[in-house]
Amino acid sequence: MKIANTDDKPALVRLPASLTALFPGAPRVVELSAESVSELIDALDARWPGMRDRLCDSSPAVRRHVNVFVNGARAKLDGAVPPEADVYILTAISGG
Amino acid sequence: MSRRVKLLVGSKKGVFVLDSDEQRRSWRVAGPFCETWPIHHVVGDPRDGAIYGAGGNEWFGAAVWKSVDGGARWTHSSHGLAYPAGETPIKAAWSVALAHGRLYAGVAPAGLFVSDDGGASFEPVQGLRDHPTRPDWQPGGAGLILHSIVLDPDDPQRIWVAISAAGVFYSGDGGATWAPRNKGTRADFLPEGQRYPEFGQCVHCLVKAPGRGDRLYQQNHCGMYRSDDGGENWVSVEKGLPSTFGFPAAVHPRDPEALFLFPLNGAEQGRFAPDGRPTVWKTTDSGAHWRGRSEGLPRGDAYFGVLRQAMATDALEPAGVYFGSGNGAVYASADEGETWMRIAENLPAISSVETLVVDA
Repeated sequence: MKIANTDDKPALVRLPASLTALFPGAPRVVELSAESVSELIDALDARWPGMRDRLCDSSPAVRRHVNVFVNGARAKLDGAVPPEADVYILTAISGG
Repeated sequence: MSRRVKLLVGSKKGVFVLDSDEQRRSWRVAGPFCETWPIHHVVGDPRDGAIYGAGGNEWFGAAVWKSVDGGARWTHSSHGLAYPAGETPIKAAWSVALAHGRLYAGVAPAGLFVSDDGGASFEPVQGLRDHPTRPDWQPGGAGLILHSIVLDPDDPQRIWVAISAAGVFYSGDGGATWAPRNKGTRADFLPEGQRYPEFGQCVHCLVKAPGRGDRLYQQNHCGMYRSDDGGENWVSVEKGLPSTFGFPAAVHPRDPEALFLFPLNGAEQGRFAPDGRPTVWKTTDSGAHWRGRSEGLPRGDAYFGVLRQAMATDALEPAGVYFGSGNGAVYASADEGETWMRIAENLPAISSVETLVVDA
């Protein structure tokens, strides 16, 4: 079933500072139209080439220490992105 | 024209660049760069001063970083630096090497990639990836990593790589085909009767002596070795050293008989300098004899290690020798390892040290 989502009702996507720091000019908040998390990340990659590699591994999957929340629920690459979705891309607790 | 010496330091939390004049007595530290990513190895291109760093971040994966302005600004790329879908993804880039206009990158899990566009994109070196021994490669303590890339400055077809713990592999045809080059090196961690396998040795560092010969040296988990035939045969040169265990090895820029090591007390004894007294060991006769030098290094109670890519020499006369420690200090010798001074401290744990000499 096609999930309606048009340029009139884009998702609001928040990006982590540690990600935008890698792509000069990338904002912390961006509006994007996509029907799935994978499409959304493709749209980010189209604007900032290489961003998909930072968010996804080659398995393919969202990286282990990156979390994508769509309307408050953690989502995988095939997760749906409803119209006007609130999307948070966050770095998980990691490091030392 | 005067020259500047730059130390390119990879650390657990970014790249640092140390800068000095040719006297190499006073150093300025700049960094951290690369958004404080863990950077395993950094090299510089003496032709244009470009700096390349191999790293991997727990959040954002592997990438090769590049600066064309001495470290002030950096870009990164992992375009093409990936295994096919369904395979274990690349965790980090571990090593970089430059020659003949090509940039090679070693990664974990072990593999070799090459860039012909200055690090903007990469392609796999398929011959190594398809090697029939690959399914049997076992990881070392740091994972299954391709950490040493040795390129022949005179022949772009000749490439050696070292993988922990698969051993040394050689290609004489630019990476199309590869053969193990481990004859004579031990694997003490295997059962009796199986300790000289064709592959599976835990090589820690592989370097090529200067000049047109076929001399290689390697520091192994199980001994120190020299080869005079491009790795076809290895002989032990560990007699006279305080330990058979260590990580780095650094060749002299002009003398193929000279080598610098930092032996550690043992694989299972803490992996620091024997008796807590850091000492750089030097040979000037291809490993027949060794001399320890510690003037200027901590005199005792110093329990740090030096990792496999964290020792280097420069090309000046006399040659400078450098190493970075696991506790974030950098030590330098401006007299070929005879005396030492600490030139930086309190940096993050240091993964690698390389040198770049540029016109001032």
